[in-house]
Amino acid sequence: MDEKKLNQNQKNKYSIIVPTYNERLNISLILYLIFKHLQDVDFEVIVVDDGSPDGTQDVVKQLQQVYGEDRILLRARPRKMGLGTAYIHGMKHASGNFVVIMDADLSHHPKYLPGFIRKQLETGADIVTGTRYVKGGGVHGWNLMRKLTSRGANVLAQTLLWPGVSDLTGSFRLYRKSVLEDIISCCVSKGYVFQMEMIVRASRKGYHIEEVPITFVDRVYGSSKLGGSEIVEYLKGLVYLLMTT
Amino acid sequence: MKHIVKILTLVIAITALWVGLLQTSTIPQSHTWLLPIYFVVSLGCYGLLMVGVGLMNFPTCPQEALLLQKDVVEAKEYLKQRGVDVSTS
Repeated sequence: MDEKKLNQNQKNKYSIIVPTYNERLNISLILYLIFKHLQDVDFEVIVVDDGSPDGTQDVVKQLQQVYGEDRILLRARPRKMGLGTAYIHGMKHASGNFVVIMDADLSHHPKYLPGFIRKQLETGADIVTGTRYVKGGGVHGWNLMRKLTSRGANVLAQTLLWPGVSDLTGSFRLYRKSVLEDIISCCVSKGYVFQMEMIVRASRKGYHIEEVPITFVDRVYGSSKLGGSEIVEYLKGLVYLLMTT
Repeated sequence: MKHIVKILTLVIAITALWVGLLQTSTIPQSHTWLLPIYFVVSLGCYGLLMVGVGLMNFPTCPQEALLLQKDVVEAKEYLKQRGVDVSTS
């Protein structure tokens, strides 16, 4: 599908929700790239900042002067309140019929956004999820240990849950808004497990899910919010999903 | 149907098969008793194999890091000109 056909679908509006915490530089970069790659698409970006002390919100306000306050919505919160609630908060202000969720740290490159949109238009899917683990996709910046944990976690999850998608913890996804609203209301987990819970519940509910290969370059600027107890949380999450989905 | 029910059904079916084998003695009893252990060990080995294979074939994209750096430079240039603060502090 070429750009022309993409444009003709004027009925669709895409609300891109970007949760941020201390992403002062990354938020500029990512907004620039989004606007660069979605030139003829009707979209808005909703920045949900959790009271970043580094001045992220000031930078967003500057960006609003460049791109327009109708295209960049700053919907901040007073402090860190978690990813799930950030999405819910963002959705309340979303005027599109599709919602994209992505990370602000440049690990998710906006150049894949047209591909997500195209895939959805071609297949009529309810959810298009980016996968790092298939040919055409990939990861850069992970050492052997990181790859091992990722692969081990994935095999375990595939064996226990039979989810129907290759990348469970990925958080670069396009959702039909109504579908996201439906799933998010039943998800209670936090962190990585939250992303897994969303896609597994969607799969169980029979939503049409498509995958698109994406490349993932690990955090360029800033510090990664990867804690030490993630593995325990992950395992607990797997058991929870095994029992409740 | 919850996923766990599917899995339990599968486990029950396999257990029934195992009990059946025990009773009809098609295979010598001593071997049959060990079947569950063989099964679990095979499953474990299969899992490890999958992890190993996946690790060997892990898709990487070193060129993407370079492309990203180019994008970063481009973005900083553009935004700086338009009065956006692109410093990291």
